[in-house]
Amino acid sequence: MGLQNVFAEGFLATRLEHVVNWGRKYSLWPMPFGTACCAIEFMGVVSSRFDISRFGAELVRFSPRQADLLMVMGTISYKQAPILKRIWEQMCEPKWCIAMGACAASGGFYDNYSTLQGIDEIIPVDVYIPGCPPRPEQVMHAIVKLQEKISGTGRPFSIPPPIIATEIKKTAT
Amino acid sequence: MAKSVVEQLRQRFGNALLETADWRGDEVAVIRREELVSICRWLKETPELALNFLMDICGVDYPERSQRFEVVYHCYSLATGRRIRLKVRVSESDPVVPTVTGVWIGADWFERECYDLFGIKFAGHPNLKRLLTYEEFEGHALRRDYPRNKRQKIPTPDPLIS
Repeated sequence: MGLQNVFAEGFLATRLEHVVNWGRKYSLWPMPFGTACCAIEFMGVVSSRFDISRFGAELVRFSPRQADLLMVMGTISYKQAPILKRIWEQMCEPKWCIAMGACAASGGFYDNYSTLQGIDEIIPVDVYIPGCPPRPEQVMHAIVKLQEKISGTGRPFSIPPPIIATEIKKTAT
Repeated sequence: MAKSVVEQLRQRFGNALLETADWRGDEVAVIRREELVSICRWLKETPELALNFLMDICGVDYPERSQRFEVVYHCYSLATGRRIRLKVRVSESDPVVPTVTGVWIGADWFERECYDLFGIKFAGHPNLKRLLTYEEFEGHALRRDYPRNKRQKIPTPDPLIS
């Protein structure tokens, strides 16, 4: 049984936008803007044990002109801020941004004279990852969330219901 | 063991020493600002002392003192392994210390850092610009009265090549 039987008429009607976004979400090219330890964790995400190529996002580019996903990983100081903004502006549309870790998302515990309190003060952010640093699973979850946002199927600001201890117990027994 | 560095300093620059301390070989001398450069040069160039390595320059803010700021010079001798700490006190209204870049060239960035974070000026410094923060930064971040939650204007980048 082939596709011919499913689509007896021989064609499939869809929206171009839908197909394009389907392509986009499985071929994200991340640009790592790593300024701290979160960037080290990102190496784990890229490497074989966790392997973001399973989500189509393994082609890490070190030029913003070749990337469509900016991953900001680490503390951004005021001095670093204009550099980050410039890099974001150098990326071609469509583009997305993930703020990885507490520092990129909010300044983290660096509530001081030198640190930008979250990169959303200067560039738009699609997905925030909490953690110091986040687990690789969280980064993959963020990529899945971003894929949902790109395809328009996800609720961008929804979070999965928390698994509470009793439920874990139930599944374990 | 030879005489302590503080002891030798007192013999040579008795009038310039305001306070001294020697606690378990940890020698400190508070000196007059006017004599700073000549003392530093003497410490470095006297062969038996040879304090040829300026390890760091720190600023300290004591808001309750009339001489509010203190600049601390940590000197070390690569030849003898001895150390001495020199302190210079300045007031908020006249926070100027002569530069020691003529003695130790490595003082350049230490003094810039101290100027950046405490606002202490180093007279005669060849390039007294902020080092860690940036030109548009308002205030001096390590002063005790710097507001903890103050947010700065996001800067324009300083051109590295101009």
